[in-house]
Amino acid sequence: MLTYIIRKSFMAVPILIGIATITFLLNFVFVPGDPVRIAMGNHGDPATIEMIREEMGLNDPLYIQYGRFVGNIFRGDLGISYTTRRPVFEMIMERLPATAMLAVSSMVIAILLGVTAGIISAIKPNSILDYLFMTGAMIGVSMPVYWLGLILIVIFAVNLNVLPVGGYGTFAHLVLPAIALGVRQAAHIARMTRSSMLEVIDKDYIKTARAKGLSEKVVVIKHALRNALIPVITVIGTQLGYLLGGTVLTEVTFSWPGVGRMAIDAVNRRDFPLIQGTVLFLAAIFIVVNLLVDLSYGVLDPRIRYD
Amino acid sequence: MSSVNTEIEENINLPEAKVESPWKDAWRRLKKNKMAMIGLVIMVAVVIVAVFAPFIAPHDPFYSPVMEDGRTELSLIGPTWNYPFGTDRLGRDLFSRVVYGTRISLMVGIITQMIALSIGIPLGALAGYYGGWVDEIISYLINVFLAFPFILFAIAIMSVFQDPGIDKVFIALGIISWPGLARIVRGQVMALKEEEYIEAAKSLGANDARIIFLHVIPNCLAPIIVTVTLGVAGAILAEAGLSFLGLGAQPPTPSWGLMLSTGRAYLRSNPYMMWFPGLAIMITILGLNLFGDGLRDVLDPKMKD
Repeated sequence: MLTYIIRKSFMAVPILIGIATITFLLNFVFVPGDPVRIAMGNHGDPATIEMIREEMGLNDPLYIQYGRFVGNIFRGDLGISYTTRRPVFEMIMERLPATAMLAVSSMVIAILLGVTAGIISAIKPNSILDYLFMTGAMIGVSMPVYWLGLILIVIFAVNLNVLPVGGYGTFAHLVLPAIALGVRQAAHIARMTRSSMLEVIDKDYIKTARAKGLSEKVVVIKHALRNALIPVITVIGTQLGYLLGGTVLTEVTFSWPGVGRMAIDAVNRRDFPLIQGTVLFLAAIFIVVNLLVDLSYGVLDPRIRYD
Repeated sequence: MSSVNTEIEENINLPEAKVESPWKDAWRRLKKNKMAMIGLVIMVAVVIVAVFAPFIAPHDPFYSPVMEDGRTELSLIGPTWNYPFGTDRLGRDLFSRVVYGTRISLMVGIITQMIALSIGIPLGALAGYYGGWVDEIISYLINVFLAFPFILFAIAIMSVFQDPGIDKVFIALGIISWPGLARIVRGQVMALKEEEYIEAAKSLGANDARIIFLHVIPNCLAPIIVTVTLGVAGAILAEAGLSFLGLGAQPPTPSWGLMLSTGRAYLRSNPYMMWFPGLAIMITILGLNLFGDGLRDVLDPKMKD
């Protein structure tokens, strides 16, 4: 098991280097103009600019810059922001709790809603509830998160005036963004739970469990759900990519001070190290979580052996 | 004698008449899939709106009575018979803009997928056909691109352009949409290249390109069509998202995402401004998803996520 974890983790390294390479190419090769000029605006005499260029290593050949860039990433150094002149990693860490809170609470909502709806639909397929849930899921999958966000704001903040329009600080601020972000994931999870449960529920061991006289609750939760869970976990893992993208959109919609909104502000200010750093950081989270998803299969399904 | 002959011929022809082409068979099964048919109807309706936009839209989507003729009374009016979805601050008819927005969204979907196809199919075919180090490199690229969250990747690319716009969105979304297609083609080519009819083509002297495009690709059309249908939906959603963030289409382009971004400033006074563009996005995506899902069930029951 341990060797499996280590091997899997090492396989993630070249992927991360690949993503780092893409961001490097995007920002250092394709961005027109001198980054130092961008950083300093139009002031600054040529001598100072030259000095800063030298300091930042921008006069080195491209392959040296690239090597340094990738090397620094693995030491947690994502460069210095052009606008604040502070380390990008530090800025991300400041914003991370807000994003993590939003992402985790929306995932909790998504799993609770999605798995429950999926189980109910699978127990009574083609019932009215099943039909309702699956239509809802289909609509949820097709709805842009930020549009749902705007609808929730109009209903609960503008018309009913029970929750804030946006911002950060109290539990009330978290409710709407977490729901807006969670619904789409819930819809995906519900669909996968339903089809996965339907596949399992006809199996012999479920019949055996029922024949033994176990209660329906035990059969469904302990015998069927546990076996149906693996594809569901996979969906949760792949949905995390959408979730990370979705946090950007949700944070902008609700003025939520997270990493995503910082990235968009960075784009508007053309602060490339900050854009690059946040994008890389979020992509790395995605890779790590997918790794964890991979590893969780073994815990959930003892049939899977790692050797 | 002749009657016996025709009898034999009839007997020979009989079983052949019952054989359906796989596409006909798929269509017959698709017609039975209610969800897919609803999706198809929605898709056809969306295409009709896009094609006949000038006949459907009652006003010029770019004409601003406020700016051009100083008719400030037409600014920000709610839905009326004359302006079914109301007007924006510049007095432009939102219904006409939503109608024309259909063209933008469909163009994003189609152009993006065309770029994705023209990168994904050759790369996937090369990797699957030649294997070895060619496959190693292409597979590595596929894995890296798939590990990059889609909308973040799009944001990273759009951030490079000093003047974002819908044309840049085509490029950005196109060059990140190919890996799924490449992976499908690669797998199919690998599976098919050992088949006897490929060997037969080879022994007849067909070159590799001819074998790939004439014999292998037609055999993986089903999963390609499914992936492209769902890819169009993904691209439309991504464009709307980028435009909502201000990184995609720029004013005065009637992009649905951009309209939502504008509407966000009027949630209190004129919430109707954000209802209709969002509804348009949702209906379009719903149609594509329903049809794509149905198509997947019909064409390839094994191919589920």
